Amino acid sequence: MLAKLTYLELKLLAREIIVPAVVLLLPLALLLGFGFQPGANKAQHDLGGQTAPEYMAALGVGIAVTILGLSILPTTLAGYREKGVLRRMATTPVRPAYLLMVQLLIYVAMAIAAVTILIVTARILFGTPVPERFPAFLAAFVLGMGALFGIGLVIAAVAPSSKAGTGIGMLLFFPSLFLGGVYIPREQMPGALRAVGDYTPLGATLKTMRDAWMGSEPRLVQLAIMAAYAPAAGLVAAKTFRWE
Amino acid sequence: MPVIDVRNLHKRYGAKVAVEDVSFAVEEGEIFGVLGPNGAGKTTTVECLAGLRAADRGTVSVLGLDPRRDRAELTRRLGVQLQASRLPDKMKVREAVELYASFYDRPAAPGRLIEELGLADQRDTRFGRLSGGQQQRVSIALALVGDPRIAVLDELTTGLDPQARRDTWRLIEDVRDRGVTIVLVTHFMEEAERLCDRLAIIDAGRVVAIDTPSGLVARVSPEQRVRFRPSAPLDDHLLRDLPEVRTVTRTGGQVVVTGTDGLLQALTSVLARNHIIAADLRVEQSSLDDAFVALTGRTLD
Repeated sequence: MLAKLTYLELKLLAREIIVPAVVLLLPLALLLGFGFQPGANKAQHDLGGQTAPEYMAALGVGIAVTILGLSILPTTLAGYREKGVLRRMATTPVRPAYLLMVQLLIYVAMAIAAVTILIVTARILFGTPVPERFPAFLAAFVLGMGALFGIGLVIAAVAPSSKAGTGIGMLLFFPSLFLGGVYIPREQMPGALRAVGDYTPLGATLKTMRDAWMGSEPRLVQLAIMAAYAPAAGLVAAKTFRWE
Repeated sequence: MPVIDVRNLHKRYGAKVAVEDVSFAVEEGEIFGVLGPNGAGKTTTVECLAGLRAADRGTVSVLGLDPRRDRAELTRRLGVQLQASRLPDKMKVREAVELYASFYDRPAAPGRLIEELGLADQRDTRFGRLSGGQQQRVSIALALVGDPRIAVLDELTTGLDPQARRDTWRLIEDVRDRGVTIVLVTHFMEEAERLCDRLAIIDAGRVVAIDTPSGLVARVSPEQRVRFRPSAPLDDHLLRDLPEVRTVTRTGGQVVVTGTDGLLQALTSVLARNHIIAADLRVEQSSLDDAFVALTGRTLD
């Protein structure tokens, strides 16, 4: 049953075409676009001492996770509620919570696929080293995913429709990218903005991932903040989630 | 022993009472209708039956189970088609039926069910591309795929064109003939009259009457009405003097006579004696519509 449900949800996602393409190919396109620029492989002061491909690989992971968490997740789940898919499932022996679980599982798998593609491609094409402090990198990736997916669940919980889910998601999506340092690298941001950005879910994720990539000690405060987002958001989502 | 027993069900949402006091029992193998205008409390009643909502007062028993406490067991034996439940647009018919079949220990065969519901040609069509009637068929298929003993179908034919509605009715009768007890929630009089063995009329959260469709009609008005166009001038007194006749009125060239049982025989014999031919003769009986109006004091739509 679970296997069938997962397989079918994966097929449905693949039929969306644009969605998997954006999550998996957009970060890759960014990596290739910036990686092939002349002189990209020199460590750059503007990027906190990282090379362009290394910086873009970390950025791509952040973008992929943010699209999954703040856009795809709330749109899909709020849509399932709006269509009565969750309600219909509630009348069968299978609890609709399984559908939620399967969805999360698929998004986690897609995020893992994105991070793998980016690391491997950067390594092969540009010789970018694999993140030096790998456990810290993994921790940043997992905690960041937890935080962003958690927030996505809260949106899905309160959004009355698929459209509202998309809308609220977008309302958080663009500021997240901005504060996280996707539009302008955090090194070039004004100090105050940077201070705020470092504690947003995406900002903290990107910073700790990049730190780990370069081999410097991740800041515990940031990891702790990220670790707090997921359970807090999860709690709110669980309290407010409506099945119909 | 009834398969569904609802007693004094009461449910409110905040200050708004959705169901005031509803009681009825459904016997095995029948099509039981729940008829009433929008907002009468039909859907809430069904949701309490399916265990989706807890009643504030009263008891509900389905196949001897408490829908809330024994919900896991209930979902295996009760198939539910909820009002306005859709599927993801890109899910194909076969995928949906096979997926829902996998939710049950002993499901009906998906392939056969798809054929029986007349969806064989659409098995690889995405839900979003089906017509309204076909989408309803998929919904029915999903309610039946667990091979339930009881199927609850809520507003099954709302939004369907007349042909699709008739096809769906035939389908429901087929399902009943396979031994499935059916609870049919509807606000279509014609549907209730055609399909239901018995029905409960619900208005403003209360059961107004429970009976067979013909029983309900007979209950409110045993009157017959005959309408015809006489071939020669006719004196009203000829008709009024008949003991079976109650009223005689004329509209244009038509005579409308109302009265009790035996009205038609009395009328035709008196016309024959006077060598008058009744052209365009029509006998009208009161319908479930009339019964509904008499019972609730308003029309359905």
